[in-house]
Amino acid sequence: MGKITKEDVEYVAGLAQLSLDDAAKGRLVQELGAILGYMEKLNEVDTSDVEPVMHVLEMTNVYRDDEVRESLDRETALMNAPKSDGEYFLVPRILDTE
Amino acid sequence: MNEELYRLTGHEIRDAIRTGDSTAEGVIRSYLERIGQVEGRVRAYVDVWGNYALEQAQGIDARLKNGDDIGPLAGVPVALKDVLCTKEGYTTCCSKIIEKYRSPFDATVVERMLASGAIFLGKVNMDEFAMGSSTENSAVQITRNPWNLECVPGGSSGGSAAAVASDECALSLGSDTGGSIRQPAALCGCVGMKPTYGRVSRYGLVAFASSLDQIGPLTKDVEDMALILNVICGKDPMDSTSADVPVPDFTEALDAEVSKLTVGLPKEYFTEALNAEMREKVEAAAAVLEAQGARVIEVSLPHTEYAVAAYYIICMAEASANLARFDGVRYGYRFPHARDVQEMYRSSKSEGFGPEVQRRIMLGTYVLSSGYYDAYYLKAQKVRSLIRQDFQAAFEQCDVILTPTSPAPAFKIGEKTAEPLEMYLSDIYTNSANLAGIPGLSIPCGLTAGGLPAGLQVLGKPFDEATVLRVAYTYEQHRDLDLGHPQLS
Repeated sequence: MGKITKEDVEYVAGLAQLSLDDAAKGRLVQELGAILGYMEKLNEVDTSDVEPVMHVLEMTNVYRDDEVRESLDRETALMNAPKSDGEYFLVPRILDTE
Repeated sequence: MNEELYRLTGHEIRDAIRTGDSTAEGVIRSYLERIGQVEGRVRAYVDVWGNYALEQAQGIDARLKNGDDIGPLAGVPVALKDVLCTKEGYTTCCSKIIEKYRSPFDATVVERMLASGAIFLGKVNMDEFAMGSSTENSAVQITRNPWNLECVPGGSSGGSAAAVASDECALSLGSDTGGSIRQPAALCGCVGMKPTYGRVSRYGLVAFASSLDQIGPLTKDVEDMALILNVICGKDPMDSTSADVPVPDFTEALDAEVSKLTVGLPKEYFTEALNAEMREKVEAAAAVLEAQGARVIEVSLPHTEYAVAAYYIICMAEASANLARFDGVRYGYRFPHARDVQEMYRSSKSEGFGPEVQRRIMLGTYVLSSGYYDAYYLKAQKVRSLIRQDFQAAFEQCDVILTPTSPAPAFKIGEKTAEPLEMYLSDIYTNSANLAGIPGLSIPCGLTAGGLPAGLQVLGKPFDEATVLRVAYTYEQHRDLDLGHPQLS
């Protein structure tokens, strides 16, 4: 855990699918460095014999009967679509055609 | 007819309608007029549903005339944080990325409130996707603190708190991931509660950090809090994390009797970080309970100073996963000029999300990324275990824990926007309850010399909201305190 570099910011932005301009990258180098630096405070705590929290309150698997229930009709499911043909969500080409 | 119906609490409105002193329509008209008078200065609402609310009110009045059962909150005007899905209007999370989103369904809490006769006046402002402590991260507008228009209302449920404080609704619903109900309630002088994790269904609450999020009410008094909890708590098949734990009648907790209770004051909360005036007011509140027969003791929560760091690692990690769904495919903003699907994802997110949301997605992605997961995320979940154990140990000695809700009263608009870490540290007293999953309530405990409200936080054992309410109610009945109203007109 060390300083955050511009390369770190670019790598994480790629994972997060964000495109950042140079000003945003510069700002995030500073901000992420400061915030992650503060979080290193946790290293003061000895957690060698501590189990991590998985569920904050006791919780077991929740099952329900596998029954068909009413779901959204197509028109409703598509009503917020940025682009659709009335049957499907349309997106730009995914596979390379060249 | 009473011209100031908007000053009433929810239970007073309920009674006025049932006894015929007023009508639901009269109540709604009074509130709409109030909104017309003060909203230009407060800007709590992002959407007012005037005609819808009047129609609902006429429906209640007609049902009452017919002698039908009208429900425990019939005619009570409610504002909804814009993170709750509603078929009526839009559900935007105050983000550009879903500014035109219309939910095809109502959140479970919305359904339950409707079934209880509550009337929605509209949607209120919030930090974008509930990420913030001042409501300044809203993509829509800045909401102002009714007690001082130059100050923030707190956040992220700042609109919910400001609307209650300015009498623009009788009560409201918010959501609390790290203090987002309790802190604005404290800063605006209302009662606000985060119930136990799982107590209230999260179905239809747009997810921010799923292991921490909880819906809760903001009200003018503790009795209203009990009434709404009766309506919204309980297992919901649509949310498998909602707890299958019996829900008591919370109004039975409205009994000012604390002589068998022990109240703990955690020594780690009363440090130099705490504003002197706030400290004095919380100590005075403990003395009020002591005078009513409660035993007041000092307790220790040794890992308190690590709560903010653990909280932000976990909430950002969960946020980065939850917000991946806003990719421009099925709903929300899509960058219109993308040549391929990757560019569509990247440009839609980058143009649609505001700076704080992008910052948290970046940090969350970083702490989950290969090579850093153990050092940050796993470490934070281990520290979370220790924080939870601290509370378990403390609750072996006491029934509730009293703390300040916020280290200082409302700060000035713009004061903390340049330093994200400063903003995060305004949550130091509220984050722990979300990490431990326990219920917490904030109740006003005075005004500072500068005329701003101070909040007292009451923390309880898991699923023991009843004792939290009992302590808050006792304090409310016996505090020698009249906050009055903010001077808005």
